[in-house]
Amino acid sequence: MARAVTTQRKAFNTGLAWIIGLLIFFPILWTILTSFKTEAEAIANPPLFLNFDWTLENYAVVQERSDYMRFLWNSVIIAGGSTILGIIIAVPAAWSMAFVPSRRTKDILLWMLSTKMLPAVGVLYPIYLLFIQLGLLDSRGGLVVVLMLINLPIIVWMLYTYFREIPGEILEAARMDGATLREEILYILTPMAVPGIASTVLLNFILAWNEAFWTLNLTAVDAAPLTAFIASYSSPEGLFFAKLSAASTMAIAPILILGWFSQKQLVRGLTFGAVK
Amino acid sequence: MGRITLDKVRKAFGEVEVIPPLDLTINDGEFVVFVGPSGCGKSTLLRLIAGLEDVTDGEIRIDGEEATQVPPAKRGLAMVFQSYALYPHMSVRKNIAFPLRMAKMDAAEQTRRVEGAADVLNLTDYLERRPGQLSGGQRQRVAIGRAIVREPAAFLFDEPLSNLDAALRVGMRLEISELHKRLETTMIYVTHDQVEAMTMADKIVVLRAGNIEQVGSPLELYRTPRNLFVAGFIGSPKMNLIGGAIAAPHNATTIGIRPEHLSVSSDAGDWPGVVGVSEHLGSDTFFHVTCEGMEEPITVRVGGEVDLSYGDKVFLSPDPEHLHRFDAQGLRVA
Repeated sequence: MARAVTTQRKAFNTGLAWIIGLLIFFPILWTILTSFKTEAEAIANPPLFLNFDWTLENYAVVQERSDYMRFLWNSVIIAGGSTILGIIIAVPAAWSMAFVPSRRTKDILLWMLSTKMLPAVGVLYPIYLLFIQLGLLDSRGGLVVVLMLINLPIIVWMLYTYFREIPGEILEAARMDGATLREEILYILTPMAVPGIASTVLLNFILAWNEAFWTLNLTAVDAAPLTAFIASYSSPEGLFFAKLSAASTMAIAPILILGWFSQKQLVRGLTFGAVK
Repeated sequence: MGRITLDKVRKAFGEVEVIPPLDLTINDGEFVVFVGPSGCGKSTLLRLIAGLEDVTDGEIRIDGEEATQVPPAKRGLAMVFQSYALYPHMSVRKNIAFPLRMAKMDAAEQTRRVEGAADVLNLTDYLERRPGQLSGGQRQRVAIGRAIVREPAAFLFDEPLSNLDAALRVGMRLEISELHKRLETTMIYVTHDQVEAMTMADKIVVLRAGNIEQVGSPLELYRTPRNLFVAGFIGSPKMNLIGGAIAAPHNATTIGIRPEHLSVSSDAGDWPGVVGVSEHLGSDTFFHVTCEGMEEPITVRVGGEVDLSYGDKVFLSPDPEHLHRFDAQGLRVA
C-alpha cells in the first residue's frame, strides 16, 4: 500500500526542506550580503540582515587592489587543465577496468581510493621539495598535474561506475557488426556514456576550482588562482570582512553559476545507476 | 556459403577447461541447434565461432578458410544476442543500418536493404522509433533485422527467445524457422530448451560439460539416444529410466521407455502400479504411476481423455520396439 501523504504533511516536509536548505546555504548568503556592507556594518552587533546601506564600494576596492581577471584566468586554466588531463587518463583506465577486468581490478580500484584517505598535508613536504627540484613552484602546469592526480581516483571511480552500466553485449554486437575498436568507442560507447562523462567532468571541475590546500601552498603570484585571491584578503593586520566577502563572492560566483545551470546533469550523474 | 568446421577446438579459462578438444562440422544451409543444461558450454562454443572468445587450441574454418585468429567483424557472421543488444541511442532504422554503415555501403543500398528487412520483419512502422519504445518481440525482430541485412555466411543465435513470454516465443520460433527456409543460410542456435531444439533444428548438438554427447537430427536423437544423458534430455515429458531388477531381464543396467510408448490396462500387463497425479491437457493425458519395485513414478502419455483417477490400480506394458537399453556406463546397447 502506498503511504498516504496528507497536504499538511507535505507542507511540513516542504518547509523542513527549505529550512535545511537555507541553513546549508546560509554562510554563502551571509558572505554575499556582507560584501555589500561597509566594514563597520559588517562587524555590527547585533548583525544587520537587510537593513543596511547597500554599497558596491568593496567590489571597487577589491577590483582596484588586485587583478581579479588574472586569478580567474589561473583558476580556469588549473581547473580546466586538470579536468581535461584527468579525463584523458581516466577514460581508458576506467574502460579497461569495466570491460576487461582482471582478478586485481577491484583491489586496484580500492587502492586508488585509499590514496584519498591520506591527509593532503601528509605529503606536502615531499611534493613541495619535488616542486622546488623541478622548478614547478608557482607554475600553472605543476598545479594542473597535482590537482589532476588528486582527483584522478574519483574520476576513475565515477567513470568505471558509468561504464559498468553499459552492457558488454552491446559492444560485442558492435564488434560483430563490423565496427573497429575506434568505431565501437566513437559510435556506440561514447554516445551511451556521454551523461556520465559530462557529470564527471563537471564535478571534477568544481572540485579543482574549490581546491585550496595545494593551490595556496604551491603558488605565490604567477599561478595563484581565486582561492589565493580570497586568502589574500584575510590579512593579519586587521579584519576586512566586507572586502573579504566581496572577494569571496567574486571567486565563487563563476562556479556557483556553472553549478546552478548544470544541477540537473549533476544530480543525474551522481545518482546514476542507483536505480536500475 | 556458410560451412563451419571446428577442428580439435579447446577452450580453457585459466586452469578451468570449459570445452575439451571438440570436432564439429556444420554444413552450408543447415539449422544447427546447440542444446544442453546451463553451464554446458554451449554459449561459449557459439562465442568461439563468433570470435568473441579466443580459442585456446584448435582451429575454426569458415568455408574452408582458417578463421581462428580472424576478428569477429571479419568472419562474415551475424549474431543475435539474448539481451537483443540493440543500440539504445539509435533509431530502429539506424540500428539495422549499423552493420552496413560499418561496411561503408552506399546510402541508397543501405536504405533499400533496411527497408527490405523491415518489410520482412513487420517493422516498417517502427523504423523511426528508439529500441526503448518497442516491445520485447519487436526488439527481437530489430536484432534479427540487424543480422539479416548483412547477408552473412551464417547466423548465430544465443538463446534469442528466452526473454520473451511463452506465447511470443512460439510465434518467434516459427518466424525464425520460416526465415531459415527462405534465406537458406546456415544458422547456429543456442538454447537450453529441448522443445526449441526439436522443433527448429536440422541437426541437434547435445552438449554436457563442454563435451558433445550426440549429434543428429531431432528424430535420430529421439529414436536412438546414444546414452542416458541424451535419453533423459531429449523428449518431453522425459523418458522413464528404470534400473535394477526390472532392467536385468532385458540384459541392461537401465532401460528407458518414453511416456508415449507405454500402454495402460486395468486388467493385465507387465508392471502393476497405482495411479498418482494426472495432468489433463485435453489432447493428451499424463499419468504418474507408481509401479512395484521402481523408485521413481512412471510417466505415461495417453491420447485424449482417459477416465482414470487417483489411486486406481493399473498395469503398464512397454512397447518392446521402443524400449531403450543402456549398459553400466550409461551407453546405449544395440
